[in-house]
Amino acid sequence: MNLILLAIIALGAIGLISALLLYFASRKFAVHEDERIGQVSAVLPQANCGGCGFPGCAGFAGACVKAADKGSLEGLLCPVGGQPVMEQVADILGMKVEASAPKIAVVRCNGSCENRPRLVQFDGAQSCKVQQMTGMGETGCPYGCLGCGDCVEACQFDAIHINPETMLPEVDEEKCTACGACAKACPRQIIEIRLKGPKGRRMVVLCNNKDKGAIANKVCKASCIGCGKCVKTCDKFEAITLKNNLAYIDAEKCKMCRKCEEACPKGAIHAINFPPRKPKAEAAPAPAQAGEKVPVATATPNVQNTQNTPINSKEQ
Amino acid sequence: MYGVCIALLPAMLASFYFFGLGAVTVMLASVCACVFFEWAITKFILKRDRLTVLDGSAILTGMLLAFNLPSNLPIWIIVLGALFAIGVGKMTFGGLGQNIFNPALAGRVFLLISFPVQMTTWPDNAVDVDTDALTGATPLSLMQKAITEKNPSLLNDLPSSLDMFLGLSDGSMGEVSALLLLLGCAFMLWRKIITWHIPVSIILTVLAFAGLLHLANPIYANPMQVIFSGGLMLGACYMATDYVTSPMTPKGQLIYGVCIGLLTVIIRNWGAYPEGMSFAIIIMNAFTPLINNYCKPKRFGEVVKKEAAK
Amino acid sequence: MKTFKIGGVHPEENKLSAGSPIREAQLPKQAVFSMFQHIGAPANPVVKKGDVVKVGTLLGEAGGFVSAPIYSSVSGKVSKVDVALDASGLRRMAVTVDVEGDEWEETIDRSKDLVRLSDRPELDAKTIVEKIKAAGVVGMGGATFPTHVKLCPPPGKVAECVIVNAVECEPYLTADHRLMLEHSEEILVGLQLVMKAVGVTKGYIGIENNKPDAIALMTEKAKQYPGVEVVPLQMKYPQGGEKQLIDAVIGRQVPAPPALPIDTGAIVQNVGTCFAIYEAVMKNKPLIDRIITVTGKSVKQPSNLLARLGTPFSQLIDECGGLPEDTGKVIGGGPMMGKALLSLDVPMTKGSSGLLIMNDKEARRAEAEPCIRCAKCVGACPMGLEPYLLSRMSEQFDWEGSEQNDVTSCIECGSCQFTCPSHRPLLDHIRVGKATVMGIIRSRSQK
Repeated sequence: MNLILLAIIALGAIGLISALLLYFASRKFAVHEDERIGQVSAVLPQANCGGCGFPGCAGFAGACVKAADKGSLEGLLCPVGGQPVMEQVADILGMKVEASAPKIAVVRCNGSCENRPRLVQFDGAQSCKVQQMTGMGETGCPYGCLGCGDCVEACQFDAIHINPETMLPEVDEEKCTACGACAKACPRQIIEIRLKGPKGRRMVVLCNNKDKGAIANKVCKASCIGCGKCVKTCDKFEAITLKNNLAYIDAEKCKMCRKCEEACPKGAIHAINFPPRKPKAEAAPAPAQAGEKVPVATATPNVQNTQNTPINSKEQ
Repeated sequence: MYGVCIALLPAMLASFYFFGLGAVTVMLASVCACVFFEWAITKFILKRDRLTVLDGSAILTGMLLAFNLPSNLPIWIIVLGALFAIGVGKMTFGGLGQNIFNPALAGRVFLLISFPVQMTTWPDNAVDVDTDALTGATPLSLMQKAITEKNPSLLNDLPSSLDMFLGLSDGSMGEVSALLLLLGCAFMLWRKIITWHIPVSIILTVLAFAGLLHLANPIYANPMQVIFSGGLMLGACYMATDYVTSPMTPKGQLIYGVCIGLLTVIIRNWGAYPEGMSFAIIIMNAFTPLINNYCKPKRFGEVVKKEAAK
Repeated sequence: MKTFKIGGVHPEENKLSAGSPIREAQLPKQAVFSMFQHIGAPANPVVKKGDVVKVGTLLGEAGGFVSAPIYSSVSGKVSKVDVALDASGLRRMAVTVDVEGDEWEETIDRSKDLVRLSDRPELDAKTIVEKIKAAGVVGMGGATFPTHVKLCPPPGKVAECVIVNAVECEPYLTADHRLMLEHSEEILVGLQLVMKAVGVTKGYIGIENNKPDAIALMTEKAKQYPGVEVVPLQMKYPQGGEKQLIDAVIGRQVPAPPALPIDTGAIVQNVGTCFAIYEAVMKNKPLIDRIITVTGKSVKQPSNLLARLGTPFSQLIDECGGLPEDTGKVIGGGPMMGKALLSLDVPMTKGSSGLLIMNDKEARRAEAEPCIRCAKCVGACPMGLEPYLLSRMSEQFDWEGSEQNDVTSCIECGSCQFTCPSHRPLLDHIRVGKATVMGIIRSRSQK
């Protein structure tokens, strides 16, 4: 009995002394932090992806509070939480944020196994970075996707996966937060963080090949050859520019008229998330003649292909 | 991995010869349990596609674990030890190559602490007739008794160092025949599976430290008997040299070996347990990352840099 | 016997073509001259489509000090000045010549007579370097560093000796071996020229002891050349690395970068380079051909070919019995440091020392298993690095850690990967780490 009592007293005393020590230590060495940082942190996604440009969510919260003290939250955006989260942050800090359009990662390569056959086999370490150092990669295209999945590994949101059929990464539109980790991981800078567009509709050149037309044409069926037809088609809006033999559509200027899509002889321009196109007036009688090809389809052979492009969402 | 298994074969056969059917049962139970747990954990818990069962590491762990057990241990204890060795000692860290502690040793130490009575009751060596007066007492416990009772005459009951070298003494399955263990070690050195640094530094350190103690006070045993007793040979040649848990550079390996040697003698002579080898290796396993961090290999051109600085 | 002190491995020799004498390859139908045949700035093309060129006509002038001119190795008409695929797997500027006949520039001395240094007493150091520079001679061992740059030590550094790299430590390759047997005197005169150009009196020729016939011959011939000493070396890969060779021959180690090999007072030149220097200075012949080993276990006739630069690899393979059916990989260079070719239509360049055709079975890499920290790579690294650690850091993007652990010292010899029992692609990752860290260092120094 005595022994038990002794044990209880001894342990209790040790506990008490430790508690006191801890109490004083926490008072003495407490770090005073702006309360708002904690509050802001609480509404952030806590993915610590670094997509905002700060080291983790706590860093971003600190930056927001600092910016709020200076009077403006401009330039600060949590790409993961997007607008709703930024509004919450602004509420906490008593500020307002301006609307910013949502963005998404776009893989600018359509060099699927079919379009761009594999010429050689790379058997080194399965990493795009390693393969990039050895030269051209498995296909003849020195600009296209290498298909080892560095982007898949970089994604913290499970939003990008390699499609085993095309060997190209596909972005899950619902999961993608446009944090930009995949774009940074890609050694060929194929992935671009673009405006998501109204209803997720957007026009994109799905090619990154900067070689001259003849070479680009040879290596891939779906490459941009820099012919400039799309640029001419778009003279009204001037949304398309041609640089280094590669067309680029400025998402802010694009009016989604889809004319460039038709103009592209290689089908490198893709209309994503648009409803399926109705057959054109002059093409209407065509289906009646069974066996013959629909002219529209022959004129732009890869439009049909668009239906299967990786980036198409479930909306269709 | 299979190379080490081959190196262990002679000692394994010897243990079968000395301890009979019990040894075969223990060996089979241990190896099968280790392989089973490795397979089950990779498949059902880690859910990996690539199964690593056949790379030989689980078999080796099973063999080494069995070597560290008495041959009359109940099978359920062996299975428990294998579960701890593979499950906790290896797979929790991420499997082969990631573990901090030698899995077999982790299993043995776990069993030694949990079941001290069963783990330290050895059957009589079937071949040995000299030490029947001291049933169950191994040379190691005799040595420790001599120190605690300050009675050097107890050491006279020890088998001769030649007998110990050949394997005519009691102990765990793999602890009996230093000769065959050394033979296996020579095989590994010849095949360049291991380098000489760790075994040699451990054995020399023990020899020197135990020798000094013996000279200072005869209650400490003869150093030759010390190195041939217990699990020292097994530990020095097979357990301490485990790739994963030993330092990378020759310099680091020497430091590691010397520290194991010192710790072994200290634990054997002044610790609570008669055998210190497994504890010494486990302790030094924990220091391996630190040793790796401080013992960098000599870079090419470094010598010149220092000379130039002078 | 001497060798370097840290690390090293012993790959199988497989010198299949050691016994076959050098033979001249046929002229190609079309020759492609990449403007990137050397380290440094690319050459700038000076011809245009339709120009008629002869053997030895300048096609591209040097693009800077660390650069080399490119000469035509064939006569004919320039058909294209455009990008073309080269052995590195990139499309780069090149001049394509459609071959017609075999007309040589008249300045080139095509006789086979040996010209000794004593025959040309008027040559001084400056003229020699100028001639080497003008002839476009680069390091022929594979690194293709412009030779004249090596012969002009930076201010404050003094050369003490010249070492000829006749090690040829890469398995399979025998080009240097055959060259020594068939052109020993030319090599020695070339060495004398280098010694004169840098003003030293001591020259070494380092030969590995797997070539006893070459050691015997060179030792015999070297007796007539004062100051030249043949040093037999113990066989070990990568002894042909510049730093390893200096360590092996004169026992000095080059400090970590940014120090240069010249800091040890040694200038290293490949045997092939010495031969090219001899031809450039004594025969006025620019670098237009070289000896290339075409070999492999399934190749019908493993050979050493004297081929014109710009010849497509496919033609060279045809001359040695054609591409075997079980080909898995064709490697430009040796098996340790060479690079697998993407296409056989790429032309040979100044740095093409060999063409190795591996069969399917040899070519396949074994699947990587987890690292068991056996430290075999640490023991094998000739630079005293920790490949397992550098590779892991690179995989985890730890560039700071890679830099602290001297990733920039890596010579990419591949010894670590060769020795790894788990078949891990160590060098693949280390190369990425090295390139990234070098980039970080460069951008830091620019700031």
